[in-house]
Amino acid sequence: MSELLIPFEYDYMVKAMWVSGLVGATCAFLSAYLMLKGWSLMGDALAHSIVPGVAGAYLLAIPFAAGAFVAGFLAAIGMWFVRQQSKLREDAVIGIVFTSFFAAGLLLVSINPTAVNVQSIVLGNILGISDEDVVQVVLIAVVSLAVLTLKWKDLMAVFFDETHARTVGLNPTALKVLFFTLLSACTVAALQTVGACLVIAMVVTPGATAYLLTDRFGRLLALSVAIGAATSVLGAYVSYFLDGATGGVIVVLQTLLFLAAFVFAPKHGLLASRRQTASEAITGGSA
Amino acid sequence: MNAAVEPSKPAPSIRAENVTVTYSNGHVALKNISFSLKAGTICGLVGVNGSGKSTLFKAIMGFVRPSAGEIRVAGLPVNDALKRNLVAYVPQSEDVDWNFPVLVEDVVMMGRYGHMGFLRIASDADRRKVDEALERVGMTAFRARQIGELSGGQKKRVFLARALAQESPIILLDEPFTGVDVKTETAIVNLLRDLRAQGHLMLVSTHNLGSVPDFCDQVILINRVLLAAGPTAETFTQANLEKAFGGVLRHFRLGGTDLHADDDRRQVTVLTDDERALVFYGTNGDAPRSKKEAGTKSADTTTYTDTADKAS
Repeated sequence: MSELLIPFEYDYMVKAMWVSGLVGATCAFLSAYLMLKGWSLMGDALAHSIVPGVAGAYLLAIPFAAGAFVAGFLAAIGMWFVRQQSKLREDAVIGIVFTSFFAAGLLLVSINPTAVNVQSIVLGNILGISDEDVVQVVLIAVVSLAVLTLKWKDLMAVFFDETHARTVGLNPTALKVLFFTLLSACTVAALQTVGACLVIAMVVTPGATAYLLTDRFGRLLALSVAIGAATSVLGAYVSYFLDGATGGVIVVLQTLLFLAAFVFAPKHGLLASRRQTASEAITGGSA
Repeated sequence: MNAAVEPSKPAPSIRAENVTVTYSNGHVALKNISFSLKAGTICGLVGVNGSGKSTLFKAIMGFVRPSAGEIRVAGLPVNDALKRNLVAYVPQSEDVDWNFPVLVEDVVMMGRYGHMGFLRIASDADRRKVDEALERVGMTAFRARQIGELSGGQKKRVFLARALAQESPIILLDEPFTGVDVKTETAIVNLLRDLRAQGHLMLVSTHNLGSVPDFCDQVILINRVLLAAGPTAETFTQANLEKAFGGVLRHFRLGGTDLHADDDRRQVTVLTDDERALVFYGTNGDAPRSKKEAGTKSADTTTYTDTADKAS
């Protein structure tokens, strides 16, 4: 029994658990919106686009997060600009922009190999996170969560029906800029906990899981945040025993929850729709 | 419910003066459009696909800025009018994401956002308005359904309820009769008539030519330029419609010996795009027939014919 409590005896483990939980909750909040708009790959794209910013920041000896945020923001603007000026579809635009940014990042790192540990960008390093980084991550997460909690209904109105949102006096453009700023910031935060590759899972899976469980957006947000936070804390905790990468464990847990919802969800799950088809076949047959 | 236009709000009106809209790729979607609409009006907006109907709606809601001319809503610049919650919008069904996780009552509640504070917390008054709006469109029994689970007519009524809950004196409706059963269509038309009696101004884009003379007192015909605008009886004529639709519509003309053996020179003209047909009957077919007239004049023809059952 006492073996299960061992992780709590180490400061770095306790820190990893609550910081991961906070980041997981924020990413999950954003995932609910991204998933509904078909923008899920945005998170992935931003996470990869951040790499050259991080590498550049190390080279110039400026804060990690500043470089990451600038690169992420430039990528988002780049995607928006190419989308506006060409008839290319969203996936092609996102693909082009993020691969070029990612490649530039890898090039920077390969030219200056000692500057950054690529693995810590790709996989994150929550167990070795420094105190300044903790402050940074916590600040981003807390501010984002606060803004989202205050503005979730306005964002829902904009994501659901932009035209209507305008007629009730909202400013859709400003709200979308706000949303993508938060997304860029949270991607930077998540990068340090789970790494670039797994940010995508953090900003997709919790929202997708919650979507299968409810038909109301408010509940979807609550469920999504709960899933994100719980899997992140648990993932960090379990990773101590597995001696594996924290990010990997978190995402595996999220995937398991998704699969469970996919099969067992009361209304939208596989079993439920099987039952429904079966009962329709019976009533159809008797009619 | 008290949906009458509140006295505190400015009288509803839409005024367009020489509005030209040019998109960034150089495409001129609207050219020199001028018209003026007042309170207590249902105005039909009629034109072929690509004639600029949606662009005109976008311009009235400030999504596109006219490259020349000006639109004033209730005497105010468009953005000010929107901030004051003066315009409600009922979208085309295909523009709505029906998989969005919201219930019917959630959608209607979004109509109240302009009346709520910073946090959009619903007051008792907001909840009451939502109840009333749902009741008025007959959707109370469906309030806890996810919107994708509804039929075409029910979906439409949800968004009408949202516009009612919003209590805006001006309502824009984009193709409200597409994919709607005849019963719902009648219900919608009756609702619009009630709102007109209460002093609302409604602009309705529609393909459904046959029902236009039924409920629209004003008509605007466009095809990038303004073809005609004014009272239905004077504007919604066969000549103007042929200008608006060119060879796009099905066009049947029955006269003389097709109809009767005597030398009555009147003829029946049927214009249809496979929704409800528009029927003209007379020597030169210059005025649309309304149901009222049909009863008082000769009863040898049916004025309105449904040529095709609409998809439900």
